[in-house]
Amino acid sequence: MADKVIKELTIKVWRQKNAKTAGKFETYKINDISGGTSFLEMLDILNEQLINDGQEPIAFDHDCREGICGMCSLFINGRAHGPDDDITTCQLHMRKFKEGETITIEPWRAGAFPVIKDLIVDRTAFEKVLQAGGYISVNTGGVPDGNAIPISQDDAEEAMDAAACIGCGACVATCKNSSAMLFVSAKVSHLAKLPQGRVEASRRAKNMVAKMDELGFGNCTNTGACEVECPKGISIANIARLNREFLAAKIKD
Amino acid sequence: MTVLNSKIPAGPLAEKWSKHKAAIKVVSPANKRKLDIIVVGTGLAGGSAAASLAEMGYNVKAFCYQDSGRRAHSIAAQGGINAAKNYQNDNDSIYRLFYDTIKGGDYRAREANVYRLAEVSGDIIDQCVAQGVPFAREYGGTLSNRSFGGVLVSRTFYARGQTGQQLLLGCYASMNRMIGQGKIEMHERNEMLDLVIVDGKARGIITRNLVTGEIERHGAHAVVIATGGYGNVFFLSTNAMGCNGGAAWQAYKNGAFFGNPCFVQIHPTCIPVHGEQQSKLTLMSESLRNDGRVWTPKKKEDAIKLQKGEMGPNDIADEDRDFYLERRYPSYGNLVPRDVASRAAKERCDAGFGVNAEGKAVYLDFKYSIERLGQDVIEARYGNLFQMYEKITDVDPYKEPMQIYPAIHYSMGGTWVDYNLMTTVPGLYAIGEANFSDHGGNRLGASALMQGLADGYFVLPYTIGDYLADEIQTPRIDLNHPEFDKKEKAVNERLQRLYNVKGSKSVDSFHKRLGNIMWDYVGMARNEEGLKYAIAEIAKIKEDFYNDVRIPGDFDAMNIELEKAGRVADFLELGDLMARDALNRNESCGGHYREESVTEEGEAKRDDDNFTYVSAWEYKGENQEPVLHKEDLVFETVELTQRSYK
Amino acid sequence: MSSFLSSSIGKKLIMSLSGLFLVLFLLVHLILNSFLMFDSTGELFNAGAHFMAMPVIRFGLQPVLFGGFIVHIIYAIILTLQNQKARPQKYASQNLGNSSTWSSRNMFVLGGLVLVFIAMHLMHFFVPIQIQGNVHDDYQLVKNLFTNGSTGLVYTGLYVVGAILLGLHLAHGFWSAFQSIGMSNIIWRARLERAGYIYAIIISGGFIIIPLYLHFFA
Repeated sequence: MADKVIKELTIKVWRQKNAKTAGKFETYKINDISGGTSFLEMLDILNEQLINDGQEPIAFDHDCREGICGMCSLFINGRAHGPDDDITTCQLHMRKFKEGETITIEPWRAGAFPVIKDLIVDRTAFEKVLQAGGYISVNTGGVPDGNAIPISQDDAEEAMDAAACIGCGACVATCKNSSAMLFVSAKVSHLAKLPQGRVEASRRAKNMVAKMDELGFGNCTNTGACEVECPKGISIANIARLNREFLAAKIKD
Repeated sequence: MTVLNSKIPAGPLAEKWSKHKAAIKVVSPANKRKLDIIVVGTGLAGGSAAASLAEMGYNVKAFCYQDSGRRAHSIAAQGGINAAKNYQNDNDSIYRLFYDTIKGGDYRAREANVYRLAEVSGDIIDQCVAQGVPFAREYGGTLSNRSFGGVLVSRTFYARGQTGQQLLLGCYASMNRMIGQGKIEMHERNEMLDLVIVDGKARGIITRNLVTGEIERHGAHAVVIATGGYGNVFFLSTNAMGCNGGAAWQAYKNGAFFGNPCFVQIHPTCIPVHGEQQSKLTLMSESLRNDGRVWTPKKKEDAIKLQKGEMGPNDIADEDRDFYLERRYPSYGNLVPRDVASRAAKERCDAGFGVNAEGKAVYLDFKYSIERLGQDVIEARYGNLFQMYEKITDVDPYKEPMQIYPAIHYSMGGTWVDYNLMTTVPGLYAIGEANFSDHGGNRLGASALMQGLADGYFVLPYTIGDYLADEIQTPRIDLNHPEFDKKEKAVNERLQRLYNVKGSKSVDSFHKRLGNIMWDYVGMARNEEGLKYAIAEIAKIKEDFYNDVRIPGDFDAMNIELEKAGRVADFLELGDLMARDALNRNESCGGHYREESVTEEGEAKRDDDNFTYVSAWEYKGENQEPVLHKEDLVFETVELTQRSYK
Repeated sequence: MSSFLSSSIGKKLIMSLSGLFLVLFLLVHLILNSFLMFDSTGELFNAGAHFMAMPVIRFGLQPVLFGGFIVHIIYAIILTLQNQKARPQKYASQNLGNSSTWSSRNMFVLGGLVLVFIAMHLMHFFVPIQIQGNVHDDYQLVKNLFTNGSTGLVYTGLYVVGAILLGLHLAHGFWSAFQSIGMSNIIWRARLERAGYIYAIIISGGFIIIPLYLHFFA
């Protein structure tokens, strides 16, 4: 458990005052960071240092710090959520970095995710896609008993695999085309795998894809980078399912 | 005579809710369209309420400080959600769930509220299934259940270790449908900073747009607070970094009484604090205690070597290990309720048997269950938790026991509400963790999700109608009303005051100071002297805060330090109220442990003769002593007994 | 239908179908070319070439083939331009090496290079045989290109490089086409990827061996 202490690190970080002004990289030094410190705690420490020096701290999104809320969103040394697999930025720890290393931190880059400030981007494009159809149209009350519709364990598990998506945007950030197909396909697949969701599956696939296209995400070229960087390991098999759902829906038109 | 009217309906316990529903007023569909409702917070309670109210036809305005409603901290709940479905044919029933919850809460919750909660629990599961929540299933396609601490039946529904996430995505999906239809106006990155009361009724809120820094006015015929708990008073907790008591605190300052502020839950299985650089504690699911054995060394010298890193846990022979939970509580063993397990860990560490460098950790060992069941079984059950533990600590829990320590987790206390979930301010409601109502002194595992959704789906949508039925003549709220001017000005002044201190220390430095005092004196064990000391210290920190806080950046733009400063300002006052409440409640009960009130064996001792009441605190003005009101708890059905897990 | 063709998935469907059509064409082409190695008199190959020059094929199938190429190229350009636009500000440092294959990220570049190769290839064979129509012995034309004293080695090398580029394009393209149509899942993905690699090796290997054989052994 005794973690090494990193004596010095250079942090090269994107600073941008707001959406309208141009940003640039700034470089800071930080010392004596324990390997057991999380990456965001390292930024907390750097921010404390900046405040004490009379500078404005670095703005970054974060909330639960348990890898589930999907708020944290940093592009670290060329990778979404940094140099470790199956984790969010908040679960990345400093033991993954070397003494004296320069760490480059950038915001998610995508036309559909404009920078708000420093490392914070606007991901409401995802919400708009969800509003276009990421639901089952059922009102509160008047629903059948939970056991009334049997669902095979395999289907429930497969739906859960897709539903595990935390909507952090790492897929878009990683994709060389800034495509949102992994996110959208996870949402569509989750509901498409359940009998409750089949009822309006066609409508959902069409509306969500149309909204996704409208918002300026790129096209999927099946490189598979998204699923590798996805902190929840969402498979691109979901993208195949979305393609299928969409094509089947469109053929009916 | 108390000023509090809990409005608990008369009649037999099992009929109270149905009789009440039949008696309360209903708003016609045509009139619902004319009524606006503000919902602050989009977790399970706020999200489910916003969606349900919008589906009914009300115009809803929803607010959250995150960049999306689906990130609220309900998402982090791992284990599951309870419901009295009796799908397992193990003689579960509404009464049994009610009784377990009342007993688990150490008899400090209202019978009528808890019974209602148990009554609607089954509907929640049906609703979630209909929304597409992928609950775990049996091979035959029926819903699967697991058992949880403190109960004798299997009634917990779950979606892997991400139940909270799935339930939240379910109600967020319902919200999205309503947003798409224009029935919910969603305001993300927007924080409530004050409540507007016009002619004695809640009529709106003042918020700060966290992106632009603008102060905004929002009006409605009713305001619902669903902003969760205030565990972040302790700085380090399992709450999300942004969780705050702000909305509830503004409600309090505007006349809503605050109920049982000293009741906070300390979760026994969190990853221990390391060093000074930590900002957040990570919870390891309670379910781990099903298969892990908790121990510390028997010999002091072993503990000292462990603390110095001179030996590892695997160097200690079985006979030199003290399985203190099994020793002290032979019948429940490692599965004692959260409060009991937490205090036992603290007792061992205080006695010098802690196992990490700080002396503040105990072991949770899976060696025995791996020997008994094989590693594959353990991996299938807890694989993702083990992986998470290894990512954080760099220790492989299959080979070496986990280190755990208690941490602040949940607030049972919160804004006081009556049976209709209305606060003492007419038209202001509080639901979910933000209210005080259903968990008494201690919450059972998998009940938080149940309560949030019960309030939002099946209680508030009915009870709010009783109030709004009298508001159908009230036109759209005028945002130019002098009360809005006044409150907007007050918010601006409050923020300007903080911003203009231009001191030398960061907001976090004060928050950490507050957290240390709270943890040491208003934490797991409390006593009169310590609580008085804490009150005095908090006052000093508050004074320093207003003299020396430094908030860089622009005032009227995104400014994260300014956001944090506002929250810490609230926490400083909330911490003071918690200490006062803890000082007043000279009994040990649930998560509240007073060292003055213990049995001869050192176990918590409740004092039913003097403290069978809800403490509801009334704000009397800045730096004035708050006034305590007592709502006596009347137990018509259950008999109060001392909890024992021996 | 128009909304379908303008949707991202619709455009990719067109890429996939045109791609799979070209994939099939490559197999036919390779089989025909393999005749070059089985009969050193050239009769077999010439018979094949004459068959391909029959009016039904020349005026019936060839335009379809060219159409397939053109659609594939136009949609590649449209999709690539859109993808470029989707990220107006690039990363200062981006490390994709461990999350995707080089060829999957460079399909447009590979496709472009293959196109250059195809243009050269058409100049060598298609133009004299089918446009100018002044070739009597197709086999000799091919053989000469690869065995001609001063330039034979250079062209052999260029054709080998062209075949490698094509192989890389196929290594991602084959599986990707099935994925875009939606004909893939967790199990089939592994199978299709493997099939894609095997197919790429067969096609690219075949097209490599033929010029080498002609240059060194014919």
